[in-house]
Amino acid sequence: MLYLDHAATTPMRPGVWEVMEPFAWNSFGNSSGSHGTARRAKNALEEARERAAELLGARPHEIVFTSGGTEADNLAVAGAALAGDGRGGVVASAVEHEAILESARFVERLGCPVTIVGVDQWGLVDPDAISAAVDGRTAVVSVMTANNETGVIEPIAKLADAARAANPAVAVHTDAVQAFISEEVTVDLLRVDMLSLAAHKFGGPRGVGLLYVRDGVRLEPVLHGGGQELGRRSGTHNVMGAVGMATAMEATVADRVRFRETVANAREDFEARIKETFADIQINAPRDARLVQHTHVRIPDVRNETALVKFDQVGIAASAASACQSGAATVSHVLTAMGMPPDHARQCLRFSFGWPTEVEDGASAAALVVKALEGFR
Amino acid sequence: MKTLVAMSGGVDSSVAAALMVEAGHEVIGATLKLWQGPNGEAPSAGCCTVSDAEDARRVAAQLDIPYYVFDYTDDFRSGVVDPFVESYMSGQTPNPCVECNRTVKFSRLLDQAGALGCDLLVTGHYAQVREDPAGWKLLRGVDPGKDQSYVLYMLGQSELARVRFPIGAMTKTETRSVAARCGLRTATKKESQDICFVGVGDYRSFLDSQTEKARATGPIVDHDGTYLGDHDGVSGFTVGQRKGLGVSVGEARYVTSIDSGSATVVLGRHEDLLASGARLESVSWVRNQPPSPGRVEVKIRYNSPPVPAVLEPDGPACIVWFEDRQPSVAPGQAGVIYRGDEVLGGGTIVRALH
Repeated sequence: MLYLDHAATTPMRPGVWEVMEPFAWNSFGNSSGSHGTARRAKNALEEARERAAELLGARPHEIVFTSGGTEADNLAVAGAALAGDGRGGVVASAVEHEAILESARFVERLGCPVTIVGVDQWGLVDPDAISAAVDGRTAVVSVMTANNETGVIEPIAKLADAARAANPAVAVHTDAVQAFISEEVTVDLLRVDMLSLAAHKFGGPRGVGLLYVRDGVRLEPVLHGGGQELGRRSGTHNVMGAVGMATAMEATVADRVRFRETVANAREDFEARIKETFADIQINAPRDARLVQHTHVRIPDVRNETALVKFDQVGIAASAASACQSGAATVSHVLTAMGMPPDHARQCLRFSFGWPTEVEDGASAAALVVKALEGFR
Repeated sequence: MKTLVAMSGGVDSSVAAALMVEAGHEVIGATLKLWQGPNGEAPSAGCCTVSDAEDARRVAAQLDIPYYVFDYTDDFRSGVVDPFVESYMSGQTPNPCVECNRTVKFSRLLDQAGALGCDLLVTGHYAQVREDPAGWKLLRGVDPGKDQSYVLYMLGQSELARVRFPIGAMTKTETRSVAARCGLRTATKKESQDICFVGVGDYRSFLDSQTEKARATGPIVDHDGTYLGDHDGVSGFTVGQRKGLGVSVGEARYVTSIDSGSATVVLGRHEDLLASGARLESVSWVRNQPPSPGRVEVKIRYNSPPVPAVLEPDGPACIVWFEDRQPSVAPGQAGVIYRGDEVLGGGTIVRALH
């Protein structure tokens, strides 16, 4: 099977499991304990924190380990809005992941003002729209580094400047979950105060992520309990996960140049070849601002749920990028925000390449797509 | 043969899938997502819940067949729910399962099966498809208590050529024992009786949530025009209803008709409910052409047996004259015509004839 759903999740990189395994057996201790096995776990945890911080251009205590991207996003939005008087405003783009949008709706029900900022036909957020939406009550602005469905890359640094021009005290958050594997992501480059990552999107284990929180940003915790992570996130540490995540982050950064080149070649080849057969396909991201690993495409006249079954039958794993809990493809809120009518949204598919991708995969994938849709369109 | 099995997550369609696998078909399982709440949430009761899809998925995994969920919420709303509300609000008693079979399962899903390269569409209905020299015929299910041929009368030759009901030749008890023999997790699952989108048997609050008209108040009048009182919304009434009328005249009264324009509910005595016949429109015939007129049996609602009648064609419509007068002939319900075990066709009751 040709796996082209790496944006959903991707296999662990070589060497990651090996560094994690000792923390399941020998150094299994609770990192909060006061004995030898606990100290070994605690040391490994703090070392992982230092390594993660270093790669993001942050300081170790600014890293909060979480259970993944969703928890990091929840902590960023709800934590910032509910800090202080508990009535902080939220500004987020309409194409954010549900983890952001649902967190915004959650604090809205608790009385926080929420503004959702629209996007253009490519899913891009306009800095002027951000400065217009931010006011004195706004506590947090959240725009993703790159969109998980279409792969469009947002101008985060410009958006951050626009937000601070309107309110210098605002905390700027970005969900960099999908971007980290291929884009250079540091907190100074993006000029953000908070940043979410999920390990499983770039070759680390599932079930661990982090939120970078710049010194001085106040957060109300979302998970309450023993006060781990400097009171910002309670719960026994997932030492094994943190060690795996830091290792995968290092491997990702070291591999980025190769990744970009290989994946770009595979993807360009893939797109050129399917265009030869289906001239009317439409790529749903701007040429100059899209992740190198995403092909988000509309194939007119083919409903995506039918195409996905066909792909499954010929051995290609892709995605509609937007599914409900039951697994049914749904009309994506991202595409709706971009102004796409529902029947067009139901013709969209996401192919996403990953670190195991080889250049030849582009041609193989295109051949399989053509085979799957042969005589069907 | 490549076969698409519609799996609801219940025991019937689970067994249908298992039997097709045992018969050597290349089987694909699919669950239809038909309905969701205003915020996109899955229903929590009836069928189509997330846990039903999960049961279907687990059965498919056990049978080692590919499994998918298709989102037909748009088609279901426009083809089933909106007409259901509209029909109810015009004083009729619609059957949404018939419309779902007509507009979703045996059209949209049947087309989908074809698009996926499947030769057959299989469901867990209790009915039988047979071939004879004249073509395809539709028969009742073997289990008289479970027979579902009533909601399948709209199937014609082109559909029946591509549709199979493998459990139609079995009783429910046999179905459960096949499920147990195959070790299916749904073997002892409780049956859902509710209309899937309405939830736990509460039409009224569903209709009230769908249209303002449902809450339109109006008069209740007796068969002779006597004003008896007011009601607080036509959604609370259906033809033939005896209980919960909110008025009393000292003897039994039934709803005999509902005039949606003036939101008037008309009551009558039991004898006012009795009809000699019914006019059916939007008629379809299983053999694609009308059967010979004459003696037939007709079933005028899901939960009562067919009764003897005489069939009389009337252009594209038809009329059935009952041997014995029938109570509660409700416009909107399906009238399905049988000869013995064979379904000849049917249509929508538009009028009771007196």
